[in-house]
Amino acid sequence: MSRSYLPHWMHWLGSPPNFYRFAGALRPWLMTVALVSAAVGLYGGLVLAPPDYQQGDAYRIIFIHVPSAWMSLFIYATMAVAGLVALVWRVKLAEVIAMECAPTGAAFTLITLLTGSLWGKPMWGTWWTWDARLTSELVLFFLYLGVIGLYNAFEDRRRGARAASLLALVGIVNLPIIHYSVQWWNTLHQGTTVDFLDPARSSIAPAMLWPLLVMALATHLYFFASLLGRTRTGLLSLESGKQWVRVLVDGQPAPTTGAPT
Amino acid sequence: MGGYAIYVWPAYAVFLIVLAWDWVAPALRRRRFARELRGKLARERTRATRAPRAEAST
Repeated sequence: MSRSYLPHWMHWLGSPPNFYRFAGALRPWLMTVALVSAAVGLYGGLVLAPPDYQQGDAYRIIFIHVPSAWMSLFIYATMAVAGLVALVWRVKLAEVIAMECAPTGAAFTLITLLTGSLWGKPMWGTWWTWDARLTSELVLFFLYLGVIGLYNAFEDRRRGARAASLLALVGIVNLPIIHYSVQWWNTLHQGTTVDFLDPARSSIAPAMLWPLLVMALATHLYFFASLLGRTRTGLLSLESGKQWVRVLVDGQPAPTTGAPT
Repeated sequence: MGGYAIYVWPAYAVFLIVLAWDWVAPALRRRRFARELRGKLARERTRATRAPRAEAST
């Protein structure tokens, strides 16, 4: 299939060695800004923000729980979009990006579940309950594990990536279920705290909101830095037979003596 | 932490530990890959210098 309608820079970036170098240059900057904003956000959340009038200091889990929950959805959407590109245009880079999203997405989903549990115990009196929000988030975790497992089940890595991309696309129906679960069903989980579409409906004080948003920024930047690193590693192993990888890893090109003269 | 320290700090520990794993895991995978590929290329080179015709005959 022709991709000539794409702008030149996308062609350039879609080439594995170019993306490898680009990602390597960008990644340290993203991680630096992520760490600085995480430090600012945690200082705001753990030191500057006052205790909650109902929940005391237990609410401070929000500054990692909610950004992680947002990331669990955002990374899934990123994975599904990359998976769609991989399935429709068979772009190798998109396959790698889709598959390398999954471990970080699973990590943030696990953080969401565990920190939620640690928050639920003092507030609800239970570590876990099978309500809509918690169950749909657990399903998301299993979807990530399913994508990782399916990808690794194939001998041919590229076929595995396409099969797992299809699973990722099917699983996208879970995203609106998670988001609206607190409205559609009676649930122990508290309702929407931050409403981006209608800020007036947000039920959070400014002193608590800004650290939350800074932490959200930090986790997004961290994800991009992590994804670039993972994609670099994924490209190396997928292209291990290629000259650019051999030169990069070994410092010298492959021997050509096997070729007929 | 007003009596909630046993919930709040473990939550932050989970956050840091899981993300530290997420950051370190691909670096370890990459190092293992580089070591294996270097070994493979070194073997190819010794084979090529010792018996240049060996590969053509098989």
